[in-house]
Amino acid sequence: MKAKVYVTLKQSVLDPQGKAVQHALAALGFNEVQGVRVGKYIEVDLGAVDKSKAEQKIKTMCEKLLANTVIEEYRFEINNSC
Amino acid sequence: MMRFSVVVFPGSNCDHDCYHVLKHVLGQPTEFVWHKEREISKFDCVVLPGGFSYGDYLRTGAIARFSPVMEAVQKHAERGKLVIGICNGFQILTESGLLPGALLRNASLQFVCRFVHVRVENTDSPFTRKTSKSEVLEIPIAHGEGSYFADDDTLAELKKNDQILVRYTDRRGLLTPESNPNGSLESIAGICNKRRNVFGLMPHPERASERELGSVDGIKIFKSILEMN
Repeated sequence: MKAKVYVTLKQSVLDPQGKAVQHALAALGFNEVQGVRVGKYIEVDLGAVDKSKAEQKIKTMCEKLLANTVIEEYRFEINNSC
Repeated sequence: MMRFSVVVFPGSNCDHDCYHVLKHVLGQPTEFVWHKEREISKFDCVVLPGGFSYGDYLRTGAIARFSPVMEAVQKHAERGKLVIGICNGFQILTESGLLPGALLRNASLQFVCRFVHVRVENTDSPFTRKTSKSEVLEIPIAHGEGSYFADDDTLAELKKNDQILVRYTDRRGLLTPESNPNGSLESIAGICNKRRNVFGLMPHPERASERELGSVDGIKIFKSILEMN
């Protein structure tokens, strides 16, 4: 079972990196861009485990380590093969 | 005498500076403690030094907080003993939940390494008792992730309990946007926990503790700790 985890800063937290990328996109001519948030993408190979157990485990991993829930939010997808 | 331990994580790089100030400048019994250590009960004050523990992988301080020594540091703090986290040490303290909030990437996205001024907001702590209220200290910073953040409720709590110990100001002690080097919320440079025995700050007092280094303002923080006994 494999998980794809996406971690981004909460909307209430300023993302200067995202802002810098947005400015660079505007400089490229993409003036229509309304906002950019930069985050992290993490792949976790869980080995042989059933899907509900995998979800449980990934959630715990996110809460304890992969995301800092003071400033970040996370979401994940779990598949047999990614 | 205070017995100090300076914790060494893989990637700590201010550990020797802290050791030098505590042992040689202040003459206190001081030992390095490797991050695998679980027994630190003989120490009165634990120093989590600056650096780049675990290469800052994932988030600054995120991996270090799971080092075996951190469980001992947690217990040490629960017993009411002192913990001071400097720079990366502050980041480790917020990641471990010993201090509220978090440290984000500097607003400028730049690593900032220079002398700054911080104003003492509160002297009622073991870390600031040898300073005076509103005193301005000149201490260097050196970090890329030092922008302090806390949600509204946490900030209100910090204020209510007088947990904000130092703020970035200009040399006259005035809060200005230019004197906030990293975009910290309300120019917060250092906070303590509610019990006032755990202190985290981004500036490096150990780099401003000898005249040869350009400032001796930082030593007031370490001298405050000695005042405990």
